[in-house]
Amino acid sequence: MQTEVTQRKARGRLGRDVQSKIGQQLRAMYDDVVSAGVPDRFTEMLRQLDEQKEQQEKEKGSNG
Amino acid sequence: MTLNPSLRDAMLAAVPSLRAFAISLSGNIDRADDLVQETLLRAIANIDSFQPGTNMSAWMFTILRNLFRSEYRKRRREVEDTDGSYAESLKSHPEQGSRLEFQEFRAALAKLPPDQREALILVGASGFSYEEAASICDCAVGTIKSRVNRARTRLADLLSIESAEDFGPDQSTRAIMAAGGRG
Repeated sequence: MQTEVTQRKARGRLGRDVQSKIGQQLRAMYDDVVSAGVPDRFTEMLRQLDEQKEQQEKEKGSNG
Repeated sequence: MTLNPSLRDAMLAAVPSLRAFAISLSGNIDRADDLVQETLLRAIANIDSFQPGTNMSAWMFTILRNLFRSEYRKRRREVEDTDGSYAESLKSHPEQGSRLEFQEFRAALAKLPPDQREALILVGASGFSYEEAASICDCAVGTIKSRVNRARTRLADLLSIESAEDFGPDQSTRAIMAAGGRG
């Protein structure tokens, strides 16, 4: 019996409880980062890009 | 042409999950944030090729994954970057994007081949379907399934999980106590 279980494991079949434990740990690790939200550097970067584009469009408008 | 506000919001909404994916891939929070920044810039530059009504998050994951892949290939050419040295870099910078309780898990994750690691994260943590993950990784659905299975088996092996009781709060508590809790 014991050997059969070990052999099954060696062939790569995992018990449901083991799979769900790995899944839980994986999601906890991942969600820990997700819960930090959007760092300021990214909102700031998009804001600056928007400003640059508006500026460029204004310049284009006044030139044309 | 400024970016449509609803597209911009969709991009920002994808950022937290993109970061989590990037940290899991690279094992380093600074590199991960650089990857996310580069992904945002590429997404904005190529917004015309985004199909309205499709999944913005999946589209950005594809960009980030391709960026990481090309960078990884470049680094492999420059220095011999074995899984062992990658795991070692995690150990020496435990504060980088990893809390104590996840360190053991991250170290095990770092030992997986990149193909298996990304498949497991996309399906097991990011919440993509096998089909979406296959599209992000540009491979067959069956390939994703087998990579996820192999990743789980290898993780169970690395973490010596044989039953649910072997893994969980008890083990973390023991690790914390061993780390100096007994004064």
